[in-house]
Amino acid sequence: MSNTTGHIETQSTNEFLKGLWKDNPVFVQVLGMCPVLAVSNTAMNALAMGAATAFVLLMSNILVSILRNVIPKEVRIASYILIIATFVTITDYAIQAISVELHKSLGAFISLIVVNCLILSRAEAFASKNSVLKSIQDALGMGLGFVFALFCLGAVREILGNGSIFGAAIFPDNFQPWIVMILPAGGFFTLALWLLIFNGLKMKKSKA
Amino acid sequence: MSEEPLWNIFINASLVNNFVLAYFLGICPFLGVSGKLGTATKMGGAVMFVMLISSMCAFGIHLLLEAIGAPFLQLISYIVVIASTVQLVEMFLKKMSPALFKALGIFLPLITTNCAILGLALFQTNKGYNFLECLVYALGAGTGFTLALILIAGFREQLEYADVPKVIKGTVLTLIIAGILSLSFMGFSGLGN
Repeated sequence: MSNTTGHIETQSTNEFLKGLWKDNPVFVQVLGMCPVLAVSNTAMNALAMGAATAFVLLMSNILVSILRNVIPKEVRIASYILIIATFVTITDYAIQAISVELHKSLGAFISLIVVNCLILSRAEAFASKNSVLKSIQDALGMGLGFVFALFCLGAVREILGNGSIFGAAIFPDNFQPWIVMILPAGGFFTLALWLLIFNGLKMKKSKA
Repeated sequence: MSEEPLWNIFINASLVNNFVLAYFLGICPFLGVSGKLGTATKMGGAVMFVMLISSMCAFGIHLLLEAIGAPFLQLISYIVVIASTVQLVEMFLKKMSPALFKALGIFLPLITTNCAILGLALFQTNKGYNFLECLVYALGAGTGFTLALILIAGFREQLEYADVPKVIKGTVLTLIIAGILSLSFMGFSGLGN
């Protein structure tokens, strides 16, 4: 941050940036693992899933933040889940309208965004305590961080498992694809690899 | 689909298409509570129980929503049913068996956000199972979940004292074990079909 940036502006950029890198929902907080592993077998699926999740996160953060003084404390979790489920249903039908093929390849995992712990944890930990503007920044940062992480996994798995990126072949014909990478086991291994890289970077930083 | 023998459904849900290792459902509790064998077993039991009840409820709700022609309410009503089932089970256990209630502790409410439960309800609807098949499917999925949880917990208890590099400890190591387990579970793929 340069000194010319105002105090408020610095804070809002921080709110945005923390989700992208320092508190990345997948690599650092290890939240919302199920969709991360399940639909990251191609880069395209990963991006679509990330975008759908980010949209639900943004909308539910906004609504929770607006209603934060209206919702009684005792039933807050149930209310959050209802808000999230509504937006997930909207997203589900929207994706079906845009591309039936995409809807098929993502399958039940769009509906399962409802129980993505990332969204509920942002509603509970951030949106229920902060202003609408801040919640939007938080949701955008976390959402983009989630998309970024999904893309990292999806790209690695598609390049190694299929020899292509976004469906376009990038290796010469004699490349033998690593089938294991697009199978479930490959998801676990790729995520372990990325977490290893992040852990390594963190340890290096704390030593320096 | 309805011709499928019940035994096949059970084997399919528990081993061939294991919810944790093939569908990646319920990964959060899988990574969270798989540190100790005791808690893993209890968690598995609780999940299986809630799966059975919510599977029955989801079957009824699906029929009802079909009858009134409101399929877009499916997701919302499923999640409400699961949340209330968990609440009911919690109240029931508190009254009838305080010892078991205490043993399960925080895991009981956490089951609401376990995607394996909602996933089960959605899959059984997609597959168009009848009532009995739904029950067997839920039983198989619960068994598979418990099996995966116990296996991982066993490995993790052993690895507690192993001398591994600091950078790989924790989640990374668990994920690698899960990957190897997932590979070995692929060996079952000829069984069910």
